[in-house]
Amino acid sequence: MTATALVRISRRSSGSAQPSLGRSWKVVVDGNIVGTITRGQLLDIRVEPGPHTIHVQSMRLLRSPSVSFDASAVQVVGLECHARSEGVLFQGRLFWLLASLCKHDIWIFLDPDESVEPFENSETATRVDSLRPSSFLPAAARINTPPRDGPEGEPALVVDRLTKRFGARTAFSDVSFEVAHGEVFGFLGPNGAGKTTTVRTLGTLIVPTSGSACVAGIPLTPENEGEIRQRISIMPEAPGLYLRLSVTENLEYFAALYGLHPAGTRIKDALDAVNLADRADDLCGGLSKGLRQRVGLARTLMSDPAIMFLDEPTSGLDPVAAREVHDLIIGLRQKGVTIFLTTHRLDEAEKLCDRVAILNTTLRTVGRPAELRAQLFQGALLLKTVKPLSDAEQLFSQIADVESWRSDEPGSYVLSVSDPNATAPEVVRALVGAGADVLSVGEAQHSLEDIYLQLVNEDVEVRSS
Amino acid sequence: MMGLDTPRVRAVVRKELRDYRRKRSIVATMIILPLVFLIEPVVTIFLAPSAEAGSSLNTYVVIPLLYLLLLPVIIPSTLAAYTVVGEREQGTLEPLLTTPIRQQEFIVGKAAAVMIPSALLSYVVIGIFLIAVELFARARISSAIFHQGPILLALFLFTPLLAGWAIVVGMAISVRASEVRVAQQLGMLASLPIIGVVFLLAVGVIHPTFPAALLFALGILMLDTVALRIVSRMFNRERLVTGVKAAGT
Repeated sequence: MTATALVRISRRSSGSAQPSLGRSWKVVVDGNIVGTITRGQLLDIRVEPGPHTIHVQSMRLLRSPSVSFDASAVQVVGLECHARSEGVLFQGRLFWLLASLCKHDIWIFLDPDESVEPFENSETATRVDSLRPSSFLPAAARINTPPRDGPEGEPALVVDRLTKRFGARTAFSDVSFEVAHGEVFGFLGPNGAGKTTTVRTLGTLIVPTSGSACVAGIPLTPENEGEIRQRISIMPEAPGLYLRLSVTENLEYFAALYGLHPAGTRIKDALDAVNLADRADDLCGGLSKGLRQRVGLARTLMSDPAIMFLDEPTSGLDPVAAREVHDLIIGLRQKGVTIFLTTHRLDEAEKLCDRVAILNTTLRTVGRPAELRAQLFQGALLLKTVKPLSDAEQLFSQIADVESWRSDEPGSYVLSVSDPNATAPEVVRALVGAGADVLSVGEAQHSLEDIYLQLVNEDVEVRSS
Repeated sequence: MMGLDTPRVRAVVRKELRDYRRKRSIVATMIILPLVFLIEPVVTIFLAPSAEAGSSLNTYVVIPLLYLLLLPVIIPSTLAAYTVVGEREQGTLEPLLTTPIRQQEFIVGKAAAVMIPSALLSYVVIGIFLIAVELFARARISSAIFHQGPILLALFLFTPLLAGWAIVVGMAISVRASEVRVAQQLGMLASLPIIGVVFLLAVGVIHPTFPAALLFALGILMLDTVALRIVSRMFNRERLVTGVKAAGT
């Protein structure tokens, strides 16, 4: 057994002396993200003896405080803080009290007395041990949910049996899913499926009829609406800019509403992130639709949100503008921003999202596109020969794994199999043995569109029957 | 009511004033309307016969002054009616509602942004009128006007209070209206009670005295405060976004 150092990282629960600091901070140990902390939360990590570097990063738009230390000696090697984002490192348990009296926004504690089991194999750097509540934290901020979907800690978004009805009309019903930190989550569905209403509900604009949700670690209740709105940002389908104000003036307004002071750097960073710095003084009314959408994205980025809700961000854009928005979202994903993306563009979801949910008033499915393909469609091999097979039925019936086959055109065959990769060599051998000239053999790929249409058409069939 | 976040309120005011300044129709309306309103009192005062005396003279003097009381009601009504439904029509309301701004901050910020130019313009027009009277009106008329202490006090005190009333009524209509045009037309209703009071003063049912002016000012202030709270409660995010009020809210 080797003693490991316990490092505790926390943000003040209230009364921040640094209101310009972001709402959600990524904790990086030796270059690996180990979790996120939001105001009032505590993150414990354990590291093996040796030199380590901790970065506590706001959402990439800002530089961040960092600290290097040697866990074997439990001694601070150095501390570097950005001028606007003070961080401080305390050593030992006695400093809990001292820390609580200070006005620093980020606390990093080293506890040399804490000895724990060593981590198994190579997980050390990326493992989050727990999010343990501390006695000085408010109860609402204590989160004990185990990490899910990767090393990021508790889910960014938890939705449990959420339902919204407007009188007799049901907008969405019994919707449950989780979104992990740093995930791009696609929310798909036909028009009127309830996507936008779901986003508005999670964004505290609409009160759910039943069910519960936890948004950015905060329970979705009327009392918490303000706090939730502070931690998330939503870009509606239309960016909703003040057309007689300049880009900067629009952003200044929203920066003030989010309490971001001073706003200048934030605005500059946000505009840089969406490549709009050179249009900062242009009136929004003079911008193209694509550029307005970028301003909308800059606005959502500016507040350093724990979750970004993007409601059909490419709706109505031409392909070039849509591509630009896609590139921005891909850039944000690479930086670990949690994005909830509603769209009915399946190519967009396939390209951008880690996981997708398909909603048609009720949630039809949730998963990675590849998983959904496997769930919904049987494996298939697509093979092509130079000439049509003389007796395809006899040939394919000899192969045990081929459950059925069909030919859509001469020389082209689709074979239903349980495991395409395992069956392919056997099929090739059989074809060669039969003297067929094989052009190609490959696994038939089902697109997200196939999945979507399969599920939505099922709904249509159920309704019509 | 929870405490207001002053920087947020200030941000709303600053943004609104910027927006007004750049919308020519608003600037034009705010300049032309008071000038039109200035015509009637000026014509009445300057055409008043010099030989009139007693109660006849008062009629020539009091009615134009009371007429000026309509200014702070008329000027803000168009802007106030635009405050919420206008944001909704231009698609800016939803992004705004997703921010941490509280409904009281939004309402107070919007109201203040309408109040500032409205009250200022009303005072400027009243000032221009009084200066013109002092400089160009017949001495007897001029003297009579500056001896209407209670009415002059009422003009001074009532201007922001009546503007406040018009703003609150206009915003209440704006919260519920589906279109800017409808809201603006209904917003003119805010002036009806004021016209009624002016009429009662003109026909002598209410006598303009200092205590009456102070009492009325206090009454309007209380009315404005209560109305502002009611409008804050009417401001329901779900209704504004979907057109349907949230159950149980």
